[in-house]
Amino acid sequence: MSGEQLLLLLPIILVTATTVLTMLMVAAKRSHAVSCAITALGLTLSLLSLFIVIPLAPQEVTPLLRVDGFSLFFTSLILLSGLAITLFSYPYLSNLEDHQDEFYLLLTIAVLGALVMVSSTHFVTAFLGMETLSVSLYGMIAYPLHRRETAQYPMEASIKYLVLSAVSSGFFLFGVALLYAQTGTLHFSSIASALAGMEGSVPPAYYVVATLLIITGFAFKLSLVPFHLWTPDVYEGAPLPATAFLATVGKLAMAALLMRFISVSGVLSSESIVHVLSIMAVFSIIAGNLLALLQSNLKRLLSYSSIAHMGYLLIALLTLNALDGNLGAEAVSFYLVAYVLMSLGAFGVMMAVSDSAQERDHIGHYQGLFWRNPWLALVFTAMLLSLAGIPLTAGFIGKFYIFAAGVQGAQWGLLFAMIIGSAIGLFYYLRIIYRMLTPLEEYEPMPEAGLKELLPHCVLFVLLCALIVFGVYPNGLMSLLETVVATL
Amino acid sequence: MILLWLILILFLGGALAWVSEALDARMPRIVALLSLLVSLALILWLWSAGGADVRTPGGTWWILDSWVWIPRFGIALTVGVDGLSLLMLGLTVFLGLMALGAAWHEISKRTGFFYFNLLWTLAGVVGVFVALDLFLFFFFWEVMLIPMYLIIAIWGHENRAYAAMKFFLFTQVSGLLLLLAILCLAYFHFAQFGRFSFDYFALQNVVLEGRFQMWVMLGFFIGFATKLPAFPLHSWLPDAHSQAPTAGSVLLAGVLLKTGAYGLIRFTVPLFPEASATFAPVAMSIAAIGILYCAKLAFAQNDIKRLIAYTSVSHMGFVLLGIYAWNVYGLQGAVMTMLAHGLSSAALFMIAGGIQHRFHSRDMDKISGLWSQLPALSAMALFFSIAAVGMPGLGNFIGEFLSLLGAFQANRTITAISALGLIFAAVYSLWVIQKMFHGPYTIPERVGQTAIPEDLSRVEMLCYSLMALGLVWMGVYPQSFLDLSAPVLGELLQAIGALDGELTSATINGGALR
Repeated sequence: MSGEQLLLLLPIILVTATTVLTMLMVAAKRSHAVSCAITALGLTLSLLSLFIVIPLAPQEVTPLLRVDGFSLFFTSLILLSGLAITLFSYPYLSNLEDHQDEFYLLLTIAVLGALVMVSSTHFVTAFLGMETLSVSLYGMIAYPLHRRETAQYPMEASIKYLVLSAVSSGFFLFGVALLYAQTGTLHFSSIASALAGMEGSVPPAYYVVATLLIITGFAFKLSLVPFHLWTPDVYEGAPLPATAFLATVGKLAMAALLMRFISVSGVLSSESIVHVLSIMAVFSIIAGNLLALLQSNLKRLLSYSSIAHMGYLLIALLTLNALDGNLGAEAVSFYLVAYVLMSLGAFGVMMAVSDSAQERDHIGHYQGLFWRNPWLALVFTAMLLSLAGIPLTAGFIGKFYIFAAGVQGAQWGLLFAMIIGSAIGLFYYLRIIYRMLTPLEEYEPMPEAGLKELLPHCVLFVLLCALIVFGVYPNGLMSLLETVVATL
Repeated sequence: MILLWLILILFLGGALAWVSEALDARMPRIVALLSLLVSLALILWLWSAGGADVRTPGGTWWILDSWVWIPRFGIALTVGVDGLSLLMLGLTVFLGLMALGAAWHEISKRTGFFYFNLLWTLAGVVGVFVALDLFLFFFFWEVMLIPMYLIIAIWGHENRAYAAMKFFLFTQVSGLLLLLAILCLAYFHFAQFGRFSFDYFALQNVVLEGRFQMWVMLGFFIGFATKLPAFPLHSWLPDAHSQAPTAGSVLLAGVLLKTGAYGLIRFTVPLFPEASATFAPVAMSIAAIGILYCAKLAFAQNDIKRLIAYTSVSHMGFVLLGIYAWNVYGLQGAVMTMLAHGLSSAALFMIAGGIQHRFHSRDMDKISGLWSQLPALSAMALFFSIAAVGMPGLGNFIGEFLSLLGAFQANRTITAISALGLIFAAVYSLWVIQKMFHGPYTIPERVGQTAIPEDLSRVEMLCYSLMALGLVWMGVYPQSFLDLSAPVLGELLQAIGALDGELTSATINGGALR
């Protein structure tokens, strides 16, 4: 490995160094503020190091990793989300009756896993990244364990996630093994060529089964129907920063990996795989939205809505190889950016009014928020409208992109499912907004701990600006994405 | 540039109105008044400057501006104005002022946010009437929904949550179908010309095959027909109207419904002439059913606002009828009905709102004999009811007469059936007048029996007089409005031809109205 190749891994190395440094600091002297600062600084440095890396890309760094525009784009997105969650976590965790430092440790390790995933073009690194991410997530989900009165939910959520994540890894590995037996390679790009070498135009059933097993592994992590059952419980049981991390970085890394796998290995050339993915998309959209309909716990509601959003994403993923140009890949990337922005914003508002002593995740907590705290209500409304895909927000452009990709790929059935899903979705997003508009006679006081901190509000401001800028003038992001997905 | 200013003034005025509440609770309405007056001045200036075409010699576009917006999809900020748009703009801003008048005394809570929503709705509508890029059009189409939702949801009456949600769901879902149809069109432009485009003029060159054209056309039709609203997509409207505050009803009935009709004239038929021709009998039947069915439903109501809402649907049926007759009489009739119905229904909703404000009830069974106590209000109610019935000499008569005249050339049976709607209109209007304004004076028990409610305030009087004046003008000298829309409609007819082949030359050249 040459020095230049080492330089290409700089973001990953810096995040690793942050982990080590945090651990050493904890050993020397515990301080919540210092741990948070080191984490934030490390992630920022890693982000800045991208300026060094970008001129050198694209390159293969060993057969295991590939640093190109695509991986760097998602690296920056993951680092930014990690940074935002770090900043949100600080006030949230500050009244935890336990040590806070290890949470940041777990967070950086999880970011590390996600970074490896988006750069991998090989099943070994893909699996390694996935497991690094998941294992740290078990810890993050179960973090407020020593608080007696609330400990049961994080524990339950963590065990649930552990079991199902392990099962999905099992499916994934089995699929990889079958594929290896068939093609003799673990590299994404050689799968396509190995298959092309085989006789006959129809891919053998063996290969289809193997790919479907791999996709099952992905579907578990992306919580697509019918592998979604863990999602609401885990979202609800986990502390808010962990939920936000799972919903943004977790989904982001997984979706980026799936996108690279699909576009490099060319699995969509098989009819049956397309069928299975289409059915999953339709069911995710309909079931996710229907189940979210009457939830009064916002974490559960957002978890079901995330199932639906992953279904929308799948529509664009299905058009990846079918189109002239890269419209499908652009649509997926744009939608992911929008999705991360609005999820972070929605969870961010909840974190701003919650702390580890009490989570305000019930819809009733937000009643009359418009007249109590207009600023937070404005941000929340913008995020919800974006999730619903209303203009002036990034969510609208994202939906527009998916529609465009779907029309170009002639996915009429899926698009109608999306229209129906969006209609149902509107209902529950508007329900929250309506509750925020309805005044209450008497307000339960909001916690001081969450509101007095300026940090989360600054992050929310940045998120809101990004949401509206990408919604009104998406040009810059679009041309960036055009160059990014061209390297895929 | 002036069109962009027109939109920006309303957007900025809205934001300013919200902020100005901090100074004084009465400031927002003054800010709103000022920005609406400036907009009105701009429109009047446009009207007086008038005439010369900027696109093609002999064309009808007075102003056409374009700026690059999202080049990836060939989307541009293309805005333009011709006679038809200008009429709609005038109506929008005028009714915006009327809505302001209706809200002047009625809205006392959270005034800043109310006027913010009012102006943003209007900005969205103005955008719809000037946008000539379909993406931009859809953008404004959706932008006006949220503020309208908020107006109903925050300042509405007892069942506002349900009504606001229903309004939003109906319009949003049909909006998504519209978006899908727009994208299909843009994609076919890509397939045929090698690049995406949402430009109105470019998309007219796209060739779609028969069945596919029908599907895409249906996407447009459903999107617009829900807003119009046409039977059977009308069921959101009575709820939204009856629960909205008066200003909200004025905007909904006067302006928002017209965006649907405008979309049909400007986009649906010109973009899909063949499919529209095939579809015309169906659309006309829908119109006829809507006219009769909703007139019947109106007669069954005892909530005055619901009644007016159903009559709105019924009258908008004449617009649909006129559009799909697709000859110069029908189209002119549709445009005139849009204008006249905008004024008359807005006035009737203001009267209903005024009654609700005074007696806290909209129940016609509990209120009667108002003429003895509130003569001015009752006289206005009589005037506008008679206008809505289609009394010759007032605007509605011109509109409905022309619509029927045009439709008669296209389809006699349907026209004959639709004309029965005029009789029904007379029945329910006179019934309302008789029930609420004549007979012994009774009011709901909750209201103190001794206190005599005040008659019209000066602001109300001014609004009603202006609208009455407008209707008389339209009825007595409609030529000043017909002249504005005639060149536009004439060009549309020339470009596309009549939907029914036989009548083409006769209807275009023989149009005495041009």
